[in-house]
Amino acid sequence: MLTLLFDGIAYGMLLFVLAVGLAVTLGLMNFINLAHGAFAMAGGYITVLLMNRLGVPFLATLPLAFFGTALIGAVLEPLLYRRLYGKPHLDQVLFSIGLVFMAVTGVDFIIGSTQQNVTLPAWLQGRFDIEWVGIGKYRSFIIVVCGVLAVALQWVLANTRFGSQLRASVDDPRVASGLGLNVNRIFLLTFAVGSGLAGLGGALGAEVLGLDPTFPLKFMIYFLIVVSVGGTTTLTGPLLAALLLGIADVAGKYYVPKLGAFIVYTLMIVILLIRPQGLFARAGGGK
Amino acid sequence: MTAVAQSLRAHAAWHWWEFALIAALLVSWLLLPSQALLLNEIAILALFALSLDLILGYAGVVSLGHAAFFGIGSYAAALFAKLVMPDPLVGMVVAVAAAAASGALCSVLILRGTDLTRLMVTLGVASILYELANKLDWLTGGADGLQGVVMGPLLGRFEFDLGGRTAYAYTLAVLIACLLLARKLVHSPFGYSLQALRDNRLRAGSIGLSVNTRLVVVYTVAAAIAGAAGALLAQTSGFASLDVFEFHRSAEVLLVLVIGGTGYLYGGIFGAIVFKLLHDLISAWTPQYWNFWFGLFLVVLVLAGREKLMRPWTWFGSKA
Repeated sequence: MLTLLFDGIAYGMLLFVLAVGLAVTLGLMNFINLAHGAFAMAGGYITVLLMNRLGVPFLATLPLAFFGTALIGAVLEPLLYRRLYGKPHLDQVLFSIGLVFMAVTGVDFIIGSTQQNVTLPAWLQGRFDIEWVGIGKYRSFIIVVCGVLAVALQWVLANTRFGSQLRASVDDPRVASGLGLNVNRIFLLTFAVGSGLAGLGGALGAEVLGLDPTFPLKFMIYFLIVVSVGGTTTLTGPLLAALLLGIADVAGKYYVPKLGAFIVYTLMIVILLIRPQGLFARAGGGK
Repeated sequence: MTAVAQSLRAHAAWHWWEFALIAALLVSWLLLPSQALLLNEIAILALFALSLDLILGYAGVVSLGHAAFFGIGSYAAALFAKLVMPDPLVGMVVAVAAAAASGALCSVLILRGTDLTRLMVTLGVASILYELANKLDWLTGGADGLQGVVMGPLLGRFEFDLGGRTAYAYTLAVLIACLLLARKLVHSPFGYSLQALRDNRLRAGSIGLSVNTRLVVVYTVAAAIAGAAGALLAQTSGFASLDVFEFHRSAEVLLVLVIGGTGYLYGGIFGAIVFKLLHDLISAWTPQYWNFWFGLFLVVLVLAGREKLMRPWTWFGSKA
């Protein structure tokens, strides 16, 4: 039971890191980016390929996955995404679906459609047994890394100059740019960091979630659930939503495996039916 | 008053190209008997896109899960033929009723929230149905699909043949019937009020239109037509499988509609023709990686501005 809860929390933390970039894209530029999972997949593949083909140790691949994906994000944002900010949602949806399909088939073509395996270093395998609760070492590693990231992000947002600029731009991009903030540059940076985090999440999650070319399609709906249920105006919203989703999914699959992902979807629809702006939306948040 | 009435009437009047299009559809049955299978697929896709046009083009609801109703129609028709009776017309009525009922139920979900909420909810409904069809394998055959569906002859006389001519005639009849119905609907006061609420929901509400009732009605009608398209697929192929619920299908129909253009009903037909021909060409060349070109096409289409594609008369400018 506690093991289950623990796995759920690890899964939820992972989802949070994967989805937090999406929350920023949606919240800041009101852009529905269905291709977010493609960045996560890129991170996962960077780790897997570096480890399996070049023999780079697992820990060293994580920062590389982050920076590699951030770089891809930083290239794509001004090149493609920026043109679509003011466009209708339909255009954004079509565009990002197109990107997803390209990423899925491209990876399939270059690397092959087989599931990729990550061999964890020995010190991350196995589990500790505290009393009678089994706790996977890798799961606790995920929780620690993602927890540190979440705290760091919150600190950056709340206490740094960049954080307050970002919050200002989220609240009202027009006024923010009127005050002399370079909203485009802020957004470029944030997009790159968000993509990088997705890449890192993908790298961390390759062992837990599995990695194959259909990754962006399989998890697209999960990321979107985190963001739409959590709301896009705070960090704590998506965090709580991700934890809720992680625990519900793990518990649901354990207790009623017949229903599969059914529980998660139903839960999402019910929540959105009651609170269309997300569970933790700020009252009167203008969008 | 008369000026307004005249402009509305002019808008609703039949254009020459509408007759030409319907005539062309009928002629295609006579002239291209060897292509009937492909034409049948095109017509089904066109019908599906037509139903999406009602909610997207007219009511402005962005849906990522329209395949839900296509799939319900498909499974309903296949199950009805297998378990109750093989008559296609009765099956069609049952499938349309099932899709309409589920459309009415789901329409409650799209009334509130932003575009994102609606995207998520429609996507969620389609995913739930996919899971259901997958898990209820004693009924639906699960991942293997529903096999052993035998269709009776159409109207008790015309057997569905391997060449697909009966099937195409049947599909065409349903397509044209739905087209006429949809045309009637969008040129009625109801249709105009839909466009009003698409353009500005708040304003439409404040001049006294009841926005929610209209959305429920149009969503139900669109679901019914999507169900008809799904039923046609199941009946003419004698098979229903999980892929009718897949995300891919919802994305595809969105693309078809966008190629043809939204908001004038015929977009689905043009889009389906272009899409299927492209699909056939590219898959003949690189079957496994067709999705890549599909994606690239979407990206380029959006970046280049789909507004250009939305005005078909500008492509055929030289002719007109």
